[in-house]
Amino acid sequence: MHPAFSVLTFTVMSGAGYGLAALLILGHLSGINGLQDTNVLLTSGILALALITLGLLCSMGHLANPKNAWRAFNRFKTSWLSREGVFAVLFYPFFLIYLLGVWTQGAEINGFISIIGLLAALIAVVTLFCTSMIYASLKTIRQWNSSLTPLNYIVLGLMSGSIVLAAIQSSLTGSASSILYQLATALLILGAIAKVIYLFWIGKPAGSTINTATGFTQASVRLLDQGHTSNGFLNNEFGYTVEANKIICLRVLMLVLAFLIPFFLILSGSSTLTIIAALLTVSGLLVERWLFFAEARHVVRLFHGDQRT
Amino acid sequence: MKLGLVIDLDTCVGCHGCATACKQWNTSGTIGPLADKDPYGREPVGSWLNRIRSYEVDDSPNSKTVHMPMSCMHCDDADCVTVCPTGASYKREEDGIVLVDQDKCMGCNLCSWACPYGARELDPEEGTMKKCTLCVDRIYDEKLPEAERQPACVLTCPTRSRVFGDFDDPESEVSKLVRERAGKALMPELGYNPVNTYLPPRNKPVQDQIDTASLKDTVKGWVNKMIAR
Ligand code: SF4
Ligand code: SF4
Repeated sequence: MHPAFSVLTFTVMSGAGYGLAALLILGHLSGINGLQDTNVLLTSGILALALITLGLLCSMGHLANPKNAWRAFNRFKTSWLSREGVFAVLFYPFFLIYLLGVWTQGAEINGFISIIGLLAALIAVVTLFCTSMIYASLKTIRQWNSSLTPLNYIVLGLMSGSIVLAAIQSSLTGSASSILYQLATALLILGAIAKVIYLFWIGKPAGSTINTATGFTQASVRLLDQGHTSNGFLNNEFGYTVEANKIICLRVLMLVLAFLIPFFLILSGSSTLTIIAALLTVSGLLVERWLFFAEARHVVRLFHGDQRT
Repeated sequence: MKLGLVIDLDTCVGCHGCATACKQWNTSGTIGPLADKDPYGREPVGSWLNRIRSYEVDDSPNSKTVHMPMSCMHCDDADCVTVCPTGASYKREEDGIVLVDQDKCMGCNLCSWACPYGARELDPEEGTMKKCTLCVDRIYDEKLPEAERQPACVLTCPTRSRVFGDFDDPESEVSKLVRERAGKALMPELGYNPVNTYLPPRNKPVQDQIDTASLKDTVKGWVNKMIAR
């Protein structure tokens, strides 16, 4: 699949934003020490809003006819993209009321605001899930059509959010909260495991072949002619191919940038290094998302001569 | 009713007539125009609702060239419709035709990702999704003579390799052809239940390799060899 820059930035930024918002609220309500500070809560809250909003604006850049974007809420019943849109919008009032509550009442918010906050955290995770299901529900792309896809999106969203949260908390209060750091470390390990499992899983040959695609299942089939003299929409959208060496290099780069270096930086416990860790993780996740697209092979490629997906 | 096409892979010669007739009819039809970008330039890109690809099946001496025209299969279980967030893509109850409402589409491409058959192409100028309409603006047009109430591709095909009809009617020509010639669906394992069906090429005896070396050629060859020495 052609990795569109708008979709990469959208999923990475809004993933970090929703992860940050969910962990922030849950940490605050469950009484984690480092998060009982109005300043930390509001700063992280506003950063989460900024990440989510920028991400959503990027996603609009992907539409070829954005003037009809408002219609995207219509098919909530069947379409994951529609559901994502509905939850993304629904998140705002809940999260804003929660932040307003923190602003006026400080860290000791009342029961009503706590419930609104809990709902905002829930909607944040549900939105992440809906985003991942847009990809996971496509039977045409076997590298996406798996429960590993939502697992990856949710864990990586929470993971990047937790590092950003640890960075903000430690730089604003001057003393790092050990629970937030442990959480970030645990999520980094979980994220790395989920990603490595995914990489192994897509390596196994499976799925449709040029034979099932053309209906000639008892003989070899080779493409003679695609039937056009220059590439069309299908070639540009689905024909994206990267050499195997480059894929391997980028996979290593992704694992080092998004997981390995941040892991050691966080172990240090210094707030400056944690900020660097957050930036590295986000850039590593951009590589991760790029690979998620570049390695996905749509079945239309079979009609254009690929022997298998 | 379940309207769709039967395509005969035995007789299709890959002339691209159906694709051209389709473009001609539909560029001024209900979903038109079907825009092209840079049509006379180096890298023209355009939206077509029908594409013909050619394959070599099996190995010599049994190999055969097969031309495979592909357009929307008007699937029974069309994920392209369920993934569409705007409601622009829909499947008609009455005849099963899958259409895109051009006034509602936001050009998110998701339906083209959900389609296994490459039947949907984004219009590079309009930014909306285009796909085969089964010439819905022809087949019901009572102003046309009855024989012409057929999709443009079917009418134009010089080898009559395309047949249009109702798959729900067991006595229709399409149903009979599918029964008699063991029609096949493409990529059935994905579960879209495509309506369009392909008739496989008939098995013909393999031609013997003709030995062209006549007595005259043998003598000539022998003389040439001698002189070359
Ligand atoms: S062929 Fe593709 S566009 Fe047509 S109904 Fe099936 S899935 Fe949808
Ligand atoms: S491109 Fe148009 S028709 Fe296709 S899913 Fe998006 S809004 Fe629906």
